[in-house]
Amino acid sequence: MLLAFRRRTELMFPVLFLLVVVSLFPLGIGPSPQLLARIAPGVIWIAALLATVISLDALFRTDFEDGTLEQFVISGHPLTLITLAKTVAHWLVASLPIILLSPLLAIWMNLPMESRGVMMMTLALGTPILSLIGSIGVGLTVSLKRGGQLLSLLVFPLYVPILIIATAAMMAASDGLPYAQFLGLLLAGLILSLTLAPFAAAAALKISLS
Amino acid sequence: MSHIPFILAAYFIAAVVLFWCAMAPLVRKKSIARDIRRLTQIEDIPRDSDA
Amino acid sequence: MNMKTSRKTKPRKNPLLMFIHKMGSPPWFYQFSGKLIPWFWLIFAVLATWALYLGLFKAPADYLQGESVRIMYLHVPAAWMSMLIYSLMAVMGFIALVWRIRMMEILAIASAPIGAAFTIVTLASGSLWGRPTWGTYWVWDARLTSELVLLFLYLGVIGLYKSIDEPRKAARAACLLAIVGAVNLPIIHFSVKWWNTLHQGSSISLLGGSSIDASMLWPLLIMAVATKFYYGANLLTRARVSLLEQDKRKSWVREAIMEQD
Repeated sequence: MLLAFRRRTELMFPVLFLLVVVSLFPLGIGPSPQLLARIAPGVIWIAALLATVISLDALFRTDFEDGTLEQFVISGHPLTLITLAKTVAHWLVASLPIILLSPLLAIWMNLPMESRGVMMMTLALGTPILSLIGSIGVGLTVSLKRGGQLLSLLVFPLYVPILIIATAAMMAASDGLPYAQFLGLLLAGLILSLTLAPFAAAAALKISLS
Repeated sequence: MSHIPFILAAYFIAAVVLFWCAMAPLVRKKSIARDIRRLTQIEDIPRDSDA
Repeated sequence: MNMKTSRKTKPRKNPLLMFIHKMGSPPWFYQFSGKLIPWFWLIFAVLATWALYLGLFKAPADYLQGESVRIMYLHVPAAWMSMLIYSLMAVMGFIALVWRIRMMEILAIASAPIGAAFTIVTLASGSLWGRPTWGTYWVWDARLTSELVLLFLYLGVIGLYKSIDEPRKAARAACLLAIVGAVNLPIIHFSVKWWNTLHQGSSISLLGGSSIDASMLWPLLIMAVATKFYYGANLLTRARVSLLEQDKRKSWVREAIMEQD
């Protein structure tokens, strides 16, 4: 994580990407407040997906290129813990800014006030899942030249349930309907991926670096 | 609206896709076989010249 | 020096285990599967023709949907195969990774394009079935959307395999991806199904949920069995070709190729 802070300007790219992508939607669709409000949950979450995948690839790839990744694999320390640590670092560095910026995105997309709290909760619960599942994809593609592009293809189908549940929570909140069950599902997903993903990511790294 | 063109189109697409899927490995096999024959020829020549 | 006479035979020779063991050896697999393939094609051809005859000519049109229901005899078996093949691919991938069995790697990877083909057929036939029934070529109903995600999963496995140069490493990576996808598939399936009801009020299904008449059930089931034989024939063919390619320099491949001439 300290390494990530050394290249602070590079950290800004995914964040800027997030802002630019979200602002493209009103430009492409028209500024009608009602329309934006209807698509806001999806737009914000899709932008979060894209930004996460970009930053994920960048973070692991620099380690691969300078050989530290190989050192991790050889080192004899449990690779599962190492991948978990790296994923947590990624989340803190890349996804936390997304969560902190989300109120701004909510204002841009005219997200109803009732959903804004829920939005932050879905992002807080969901983005770690994105990082965890993404770490498996990164483990598989880190040694490839066009790995970044392939990574998005591999990982987006797996993100579908998170997207569906998170946006459902936000839409329920906008309509004044109960949303706790969705957050519960996200929490369950988080616990599940927290326990399973690091093993798969470690296995992926071992294969990639073999 | 007659349904028949849709039925025909669906079965036609299926036939094309599944036929291609069945043929693709055989096409690959032909080129691999050619490569292997070329390899054996190249490697047999020095042996023949010794005999 | 400790000379141990190796005991190659177990006290009780289990023929099934010996068969499985033999199939792990590429030359044996090549020979044996070569004999099976023509039979599989034959059975597929017979069953498929029979199913098509029953489905296209003898079964009645649907009360509500009219003639377009005949697409069902294609769409449903293709959908079943697309899901079955993914499960098999994931299981074979698991065996390949855990026990490091090369034949399993090859079989798992060879399954991916076949599964993708069936998924494409499912999507195309579903779309063409939807047009006369619902009025549009594409509807985000639960099944079609799930199939689309499934297609992306297949393409991911194939894409990952093709992007790594070394065949065994590529196979292992793709197998891991297949397993991860398989674990996620039920979750994806349920979330899509639920998402569909959320946005359309009631779950619309091409089949309508009504019980199927026997005259319609038979062509469906026969076609379903036929597709299994297609998969078997195609899978073994692809596996054999992969073996030839990977073992190009080995003598058994040379002999096999020469034998064919």
